[in-house]
Amino acid sequence: MKAGSMNKLTDLRRFINRDNNIVQLLIITAVIFLLMSALEPNKFLRYYNFESISFIFPELGIVAIAMMLAMLTGGIDLSVIGIANLAGILAGVFFTRLYPAAPEAGAAAELMRVAAGVVLALGVGLLAGTLNGLLIAKVRITPILATLGTGQIFTGLCMVLTGGPAIVGFPAWWGFIGNGKILGIAVPLVLFLVVVVAIAVMLTKTPFGLNLFLIGTNPRAAVFAGLRTERMVLYSYMLSGTLAALAGIVLSGRTNAAKSDYGTSYLLQAVLISVLGGTNPAGGKGTVLGVSIAVIALMLLASGFQMMRFSNHLIDFIWGGFLLLVMVINVLRNRGK
Amino acid sequence: MTSVSKLLRRSETAVLAILIVVMIVIGVINPAFWQADNLFNLLRANVVIGIMALSVLTVMISGGIDVSFPAFAVAAMYLTVIAMNAMGYQGVVLPFIGATVIGLLCGLANAFFIHTFRMIPLIVTLGSASVVRGLLLGLVGTSIINIDRMPPSLIAFGSSTVEIGGSKLSLMIFIYLGIALLMWLFLTRTMAGRAIFAYGDDAESAKRVGFNTRRTVYLVYGLAGALAGFAGLLHASMIWLANPRDFVGYELDVIAAVVLGGASIFGGRGSVFGTILGVFMLTLIKNSLIIMRIDNTWQGVVVGCVIVIATALTAWRDRKALV
Repeated sequence: MKAGSMNKLTDLRRFINRDNNIVQLLIITAVIFLLMSALEPNKFLRYYNFESISFIFPELGIVAIAMMLAMLTGGIDLSVIGIANLAGILAGVFFTRLYPAAPEAGAAAELMRVAAGVVLALGVGLLAGTLNGLLIAKVRITPILATLGTGQIFTGLCMVLTGGPAIVGFPAWWGFIGNGKILGIAVPLVLFLVVVVAIAVMLTKTPFGLNLFLIGTNPRAAVFAGLRTERMVLYSYMLSGTLAALAGIVLSGRTNAAKSDYGTSYLLQAVLISVLGGTNPAGGKGTVLGVSIAVIALMLLASGFQMMRFSNHLIDFIWGGFLLLVMVINVLRNRGK
Repeated sequence: MTSVSKLLRRSETAVLAILIVVMIVIGVINPAFWQADNLFNLLRANVVIGIMALSVLTVMISGGIDVSFPAFAVAAMYLTVIAMNAMGYQGVVLPFIGATVIGLLCGLANAFFIHTFRMIPLIVTLGSASVVRGLLLGLVGTSIINIDRMPPSLIAFGSSTVEIGGSKLSLMIFIYLGIALLMWLFLTRTMAGRAIFAYGDDAESAKRVGFNTRRTVYLVYGLAGALAGFAGLLHASMIWLANPRDFVGYELDVIAAVVLGGASIFGGRGSVFGTILGVFMLTLIKNSLIIMRIDNTWQGVVVGCVIVIATALTAWRDRKALV
């Protein structure tokens, strides 16, 4: 009995030592929360505020996790926003042009139609991620350049499909993915939690996850250790592409529209959240928990500043400044060791 | 004989060959391509992107990457035009010096973060771009300064041309080529320029043989910012308006052009001539889609494919360098 509690204590201490970053993040989040509560107590501390955050942040959180997956092997995925928009737009084209709602279709047929749209969108993400992965792992293009190019292609395809204006007219069930509630909890939040648990388990409990960390820590050693690095990197970009498509589904569901230049500011924010969450852009380090806390911290920050009537541009400035500040703090802390 | 085979193996030769083939193909599809007006317009479209590409080339040779130059260019442009209007100043030289200095200061801030904290250039420049754009739009303003409020001196300068065979060639081409010549002399004929190559090839070795790496980093990012600032104001004077939301997405195009020109993202490799060719290739493809009767919405797809193919070719060329 006593030994058990001792173990728990050392476990906790080990957790704090190892995940110093998580503790730092929790402190940052708490500080932001207290600061905003003190500055705008009447607006910030309302249930409505947290509810609306729970609808908005998941799409960004999912994109940030996709970014983290690419960063684990020392890469980066600059095409995530292009993939997300392409997935949303293709689904929109499917719903409005290829397979419009039948006038007297039953609920079951409607549901089938939406399910087909989801499969289509996720399939496109998987395909786009496969292209990225092949270019990076097999052709050996640097991830920055490969995803820069493919991102341009995906966004370009969005332009070709829409001709510029937004696609509207998604089915009601599609909107449910972005605006609905299950047992009083926002559907996007439920999806986000599912992604968080699935990716966390995959990274910590499966050989694939371990492989990614090893490849990111030392790619050369990974090759000599007999890891199938090419295949693992390919899989990681496929996964990242699929997650980006999921974010695209949530985004188009929430706004009931899809456009080629939606969510362009998400790219910087996804990098920021990933890095803030303790992901090392050089590879080998990163946790889903860290990214999740980071996205919540930044959402609280943004919503607080919005209440104080800061313009969106100044919030962009704060995001950028925050990114630099956090990197500096991380460097200074590591230097002390 | 060896000099010929050496020439053939240079990536500039390959780019030049592809360029000629592309131009012939476009000319066959639509002979209007070869009209002097079209060619001069094409050259004019090279100027601003070209100067920005020289800025990115310097950073890439040093082994870094810069996605903040469009933000710096727009800040330098907008602040300078606003200051000119506020003071009622009519001139050309001083405003361009001002814009260049604004860009320089922004670039030095990048260098500070990259050198002092050993941070990854991509992350630093993503952050600084967001900071500069956010401050500009949030504090300075979001309204476009149209032709009726643009300083006439800048418009007159930007629209100065020389007439060749009945068609007007923008004089700005010569500013671009002049800067390119200076950059070529700097990168290949000065110690500071060679230091950038050495640093990009292997920072540790460069340090051990005695190059001052701190000075090199500040020089690279300071120069990159200065060129971006200059290009920003030049852009405003050529299109007769100053838009504080301009240059969005330029980072992709310019980096693509530099990579097309044979520069390596790993550093230590790249040339001014190659970059000029890469920029010309990119503007050629972008501007000739209409001439080839292809819908303009395909632009992004075509440019993306060109980036992927070009980087795939360079990756294939460098394949032995990787484990």
